[in-house]
Amino acid sequence: MEQRVAISVTVNGTRHDRSVEPRLLLSDFLRQDLGLTGTHVGCEHGVCGACTVLLDGEAVRSCLMLAAQADGHDLMTVEGLAPAAGELHPLQAAFHEAHGLQCGFCTPGFLMTLVPFLREHPDPTEPEIREALSGNLCRCTGYQGIVDAAALAARRAREGGP
Amino acid sequence: MTTRYVGRPLRRSEDRRLLTGRALFVDDVQLHGMLHVAFLRSEHAHARLRGVDVAAARRRPGVVAVYTAADLGDYWQPGPLLVPPPPIPGLVFHPCTLVPLARDKVRHVGEPIAMVVAESRYLAEDALGDIVADLDPLPAVVDLEAALAPGAPLIHEHLPSNVAAHVMQRKGDYTRARARADHVLQRRFRYDRGAAAAIENRAVVAQWDSHAEELTVWDTTQAPIPIRNGLAARLGLLQSQLRVVAPFVGGGFGPKIMMFYPEEVLLPWAAMRLGRPLKWTEDRQENFYATTQERGQIHDAELALTRDGRLLGVRDVFLHDTGAYDSYGLTVPINSQCTLLGQYRVPAYESEFTVVFTNKTLVTPVRGAGRQHGVFVMERLLDIAARELGLDRLEIRRRNLLRPDEFPHNHEILFQDSAPLVYDSGDYLPALEDAARAIDYDRFVREEQPRLRAAGRHVGVGIACYVEGTGIGPYEGARVTVEPGGMVRVATGVGTQGQGHFTAFAQIVAEVLGVDIARVHVVTGDTREFHWGTGTFASRGAVVAGTACHAAAVTVREKALDVAARVLDVSRDTLVLEGGRVRVRDGPAAGIALGELALKANPLRGAVRPGTEPGLEATAYFGPDRGSTASGVHAMIVEVDPETAMVRIQRYVVVHDCGRVINPLLLEGQIQGGVAHGIGNAFYEQLVYDEGGQLLNASLMDYLLPTALDVPRVEMHHRETVSPLNPLGLKGVGEAGAIPAGAVFAQAVEDALSDHGIEIREIPLSPNRLFELIAERER
Repeated sequence: MEQRVAISVTVNGTRHDRSVEPRLLLSDFLRQDLGLTGTHVGCEHGVCGACTVLLDGEAVRSCLMLAAQADGHDLMTVEGLAPAAGELHPLQAAFHEAHGLQCGFCTPGFLMTLVPFLREHPDPTEPEIREALSGNLCRCTGYQGIVDAAALAARRAREGGP
Repeated sequence: MTTRYVGRPLRRSEDRRLLTGRALFVDDVQLHGMLHVAFLRSEHAHARLRGVDVAAARRRPGVVAVYTAADLGDYWQPGPLLVPPPPIPGLVFHPCTLVPLARDKVRHVGEPIAMVVAESRYLAEDALGDIVADLDPLPAVVDLEAALAPGAPLIHEHLPSNVAAHVMQRKGDYTRARARADHVLQRRFRYDRGAAAAIENRAVVAQWDSHAEELTVWDTTQAPIPIRNGLAARLGLLQSQLRVVAPFVGGGFGPKIMMFYPEEVLLPWAAMRLGRPLKWTEDRQENFYATTQERGQIHDAELALTRDGRLLGVRDVFLHDTGAYDSYGLTVPINSQCTLLGQYRVPAYESEFTVVFTNKTLVTPVRGAGRQHGVFVMERLLDIAARELGLDRLEIRRRNLLRPDEFPHNHEILFQDSAPLVYDSGDYLPALEDAARAIDYDRFVREEQPRLRAAGRHVGVGIACYVEGTGIGPYEGARVTVEPGGMVRVATGVGTQGQGHFTAFAQIVAEVLGVDIARVHVVTGDTREFHWGTGTFASRGAVVAGTACHAAAVTVREKALDVAARVLDVSRDTLVLEGGRVRVRDGPAAGIALGELALKANPLRGAVRPGTEPGLEATAYFGPDRGSTASGVHAMIVEVDPETAMVRIQRYVVVHDCGRVINPLLLEGQIQGGVAHGIGNAFYEQLVYDEGGQLLNASLMDYLLPTALDVPRVEMHHRETVSPLNPLGLKGVGEAGAIPAGAVFAQAVEDALSDHGIEIREIPLSPNRLFELIAERER
């Protein structure tokens, strides 16, 4: 049980070399070992999507991965989204404007799910947005504000503005 | 003119922290030397506990302590009864409240038996496997009616039966009303259990500071102040030695108002004994077993009416499943009992309910808190009556709605807050007509539906009315302080779980003080900031705490004008407060800034005048005698595929009246979210227990929450009938969206399947259940 694994991961542009238990979940590694508590854990069985982070640019559920599996990869969490302290990423700004969050617990997962989706679908229809969000659960908003926020962010990106 | 903030759809000030991952939730608290806790929970619904062997667990490296009921000594005691029953004549109530750890018996799956404290959560969970609980299974009590059968196994053996409570309330003379009726109909209705399913599970962190002799508890509670007060009494501490913080909380919906959960009493106790901070975070499976649930009820209801559809009376006899304990009292079934009367003139009402213990997780309020059951029963009775009398569904409602001249309307029974059920204000018919117009009811029924039916499509419309008793007492408070820099700080005792209190309360205070809203900083849910209050429940935050914020701000404004009058040596009547400054009306524009007045009101030398207080600060409380009654109408159009029994919602309209609106953006968010919860209740969500009391779908894989594909854009229309019960005219809104969804869903689906002749008398439905109902009918 005392066996440990050396890993090297880049998170939000910073490289971390750590020794971890093989069974340590990536979500726990991010939250506890690195103190990046913006990634939230809602179910630990891959359904709610709150723990979604980017692994080499793609959305993954950090509760369904081991930290050891992230060795050598590039991760981004919600803390890495805004371009600078005090600023918001355009998607974060759109969530604010379209009232896309209430308690805010699921929000980081929605943001990280939408980042690659909007990159690949710059002009999504509402049904496409809903389909893309259907793997993330929100109990507060009834989703409408989130759908509107995604559409708003996409429109702004197409128009070339923030 | 002063700045107008109340009524504007302002964006939320709390968003930035949440969007950037900087908001603190309880599980984010990390403390030096912190230990982690896991609980061994019963796998049986009902069993005798012969003993617990924790020796091996204690020996496991990394384990710091293991506790069972025996280790708690005098600290082991049943929890408090949260809400004592109202003084209803003849009421029977047997309180059997939650215990911290099972001692001689377990009464539901998931009941905690032992607590492990270890260096990590992983190690703590490893040690759970080392514990041997000697459990001798007993027959489980699951079905409500079987629970009451003679010879049923007893859950609480000191009681003669599994009856937890029996309550009868009456208005008028139902027997006479029935004798006079042209038409009487009886039906049985069922409403089954669901989960609140906040995306954040519960969590508790406790830290004892032995130098300061202070205990800090971070808790995902909706009621930090009652938690502090109760814990202080249990632990033998002064209330001022205890600080309870409910920081950002990831959804409440009711179960987080429950107290005390076992974990909430055990972690602080163990943290004090061990001298190290402790954390426990519930996992999702624990949430399904150990966090309180929504309510199962069976109603036998009877409606008596004239041949032209006028209500003469209602009789309703129902069973309410409270689960293994009844710590929350009778709030939920009383809500069902009272809300059944809805928007209608009901001259005679006889309502009797029996609360039943079962070997299932506790039932406490969850968004709607039993109101939806009453609405479901009444609205379904009206639909059936309309069909049997050959009346239109809208018309039967029009004939029975209370008119504006009937307010305040006394229903002559007692509500959950022990006050008489009196509606303060309302204007129901225009809301119904608005909803009918918005959904285009007449044209749909006359043209659209026949046309689509002819094309083989099954479309239906539903329309249902409801009321929501909101904003009940006892009270909340707020403190408003103008700081020397001109910032305004507002502290209130309610916790917040996403409602937007930071913004809504700032709007109220900014408007009264005439300051830029960006300068108003609101804190909630921290007993060190404000320690009087009860919590966030019953759609009361905005109404009760919002009104307290208003009152405190008004006093601060008065103080500011007094100080300015003295400083400027002018009469107070000549002064105006706007833009964060006090100036002489028609005088120079500059005046004096509020921050400067705050400094002058708190001098370092000189004298503060007798009879005045230093600074620009005020604390105020608001305690309404009774709640204000919000109301609304939901309408929906659905299409049902009879082959798959899948239901597609084509349109969903809400006409809502919650009195004066503080922030329409927040209001619409609350309604949209409530409707989503209601749609989940109606068609996707059901906690399925087998006959042994095992929950068969205790994961989010198997318990289906509605997704972005299932919840439509809700079309909203607002009406404002201001409440006379508070100066801002507010009524609550938090639960409204969820309340009539089951009723309107059943009606619309039934309408869509009218050629199949099914009558829907239960919620939740599901494609499977609907398929069965269709098949039963075809056999």
